[in-house]
Amino acid sequence: MEQHILRVENLSKKFNDFLAVNSLNFSVIKNEIFGFLGPNGAGKTTTINMLTGLARPTSGSIFINDKDYTANIKKAQEIIGIVPDESNLYEEMDGLENLCFCASLYGIKKAERIHRAKKLLQQFNLTTAGNKPYKSYSKGMKRKLTLAAGIIHEPGILFLDEPTTGIDVASARQIRALIKSLNEAGTTIFMTTHYIEEAERLCHRIAFIVNGQIIKIGKIDELMEDAQKDKIIQFSFDGIVQLNQFENNFNHQFSHCKLTYIQDSVFQIHSAIPLDLMPLISFFDSHGLKVTEARIIKPSLEEVFVKITGIERDVMKKEKEGRKK
Amino acid sequence: MKTAIAFWNILLKDMRNYYLKPPNISWGIIFPFAWMLMFFLKSQTTVDVRGVLPGVMAMSILFGTTSMLAVTITFERRSRSFDRLLLSPVSLTWLMLAKTLGAIIFGIINAFVPVLIALFFIPVSHINWVILILSVIFIAITSTFLGLFIAVSVSEVFEAQTFSNFFRFPMVFLCGLFIPIGQLPIFLRPFSYIIPLTYGADLLKTAINQNGHIALGISLLVLLCLSILLFMISKRNIKKRWIY
Repeated sequence: MEQHILRVENLSKKFNDFLAVNSLNFSVIKNEIFGFLGPNGAGKTTTINMLTGLARPTSGSIFINDKDYTANIKKAQEIIGIVPDESNLYEEMDGLENLCFCASLYGIKKAERIHRAKKLLQQFNLTTAGNKPYKSYSKGMKRKLTLAAGIIHEPGILFLDEPTTGIDVASARQIRALIKSLNEAGTTIFMTTHYIEEAERLCHRIAFIVNGQIIKIGKIDELMEDAQKDKIIQFSFDGIVQLNQFENNFNHQFSHCKLTYIQDSVFQIHSAIPLDLMPLISFFDSHGLKVTEARIIKPSLEEVFVKITGIERDVMKKEKEGRKK
Repeated sequence: MKTAIAFWNILLKDMRNYYLKPPNISWGIIFPFAWMLMFFLKSQTTVDVRGVLPGVMAMSILFGTTSMLAVTITFERRSRSFDRLLLSPVSLTWLMLAKTLGAIIFGIINAFVPVLIALFFIPVSHINWVILILSVIFIAITSTFLGLFIAVSVSEVFEAQTFSNFFRFPMVFLCGLFIPIGQLPIFLRPFSYIIPLTYGADLLKTAINQNGHIALGISLLVLLCLSILLFMISKRNIKKRWIY
């Protein structure tokens, strides 16, 4: 039976008249990576702040290991780890000192915190940087050390707020690998992101959040299910193809299909039922069109997100670019 | 035990990161020394050194503690490292006590710099050391919590310094150190009795010159009450403003 480490019921947060988070209901299963995917301003950070104790819910309940911590999240802070969207370690202190200090906040004794800190520095490939001031670290190194600081007390559930935002591609890859290995080692992870690919790559289950509301929640396969009902084959042809050359005949012969123009020599065929490739190739051949490539197009999570939330692909892309800058 | 480990390490971290930094050590020595020298050059008699010592000590504590809190709290809040403390399992009360203890110790050390200087010029036999130490501790606690109240009411370090001066300078002139309260305009006198420095300065006068006007117990009680009040207001402000 699945064990729910975190359960949220009707969680809402209001700032004056603005409803930032609107009646959220979800749970996080032990040992999974649960993703909160949504654009900026969707309510992701407000939710994480309520779950970790930096914000008070206006209404609703937060259960951790089936115990209600809504009124006093402080009591749960021993079993939760937090990695905020911006590094919040001490600039003057070196990597080892920062980790040891963070461990001390959880009452870990000196010998043990030094042992854990050194182990984490090694695991996160920061051993040589361990005795250098935190302010001299690159953004990627800072993020890695912040992640290490979030797990030094070995929390039951780790909250990651936009873990790869604002760092270079190589560092982001390293962070993702670390997140994956932490999860494989048994850490339950709740992460927010607005990178669709990141959510797809890392998360076992995802919740789409828009305007403070969860629009859809489920495993990636489940989320993709609706979109996958539509079968798509993309054909590439030799030379420029005029649609009117064959459109009428095509519609007549393949009435269950929909023909979509992509570019001069590329078309897509959408169908609600499985497509047989041979009749299609024969059809194009009979119209003097030489098929150079035919491939099945699987819908991406991005397309599912756009379809479900109604948020234009461009909005997420612009945010992505904006954050990278 | 866990709280004790966290408490000690927060204090130790603040000591290393802020209080033991050369600029702050020099501030702690130079500020009281400069005040002492200024008054000494003006008066050039031992009687006056004795007269100004309570004032210099009180000001050293007040300025030292309130200035430091603006850095250790407001700066950490600005750089978001204070959030890390708020997200730890340490209760807000212990957290704030750990953050302020460093400033209290800093204030106490600041207070004894002018005493050390004065020892070269005046006899110490008349000083009641028990009352003096008690006074310094109580003034340091109240001033630190005043600094805490200021630090949690603003967002920027410069705002904290400006807001501090809004309290500090009127207090220096209203507490009776330089102008006896009886000589102040009538409408200002009630203000003298609601500021902690009045009671702290009176305690120091009792300890050094045996010429305080307020009963020892009352001064200590008022300082204790004001400390608790300022601490509670600061805690409420943190909960209201930072845990939104």
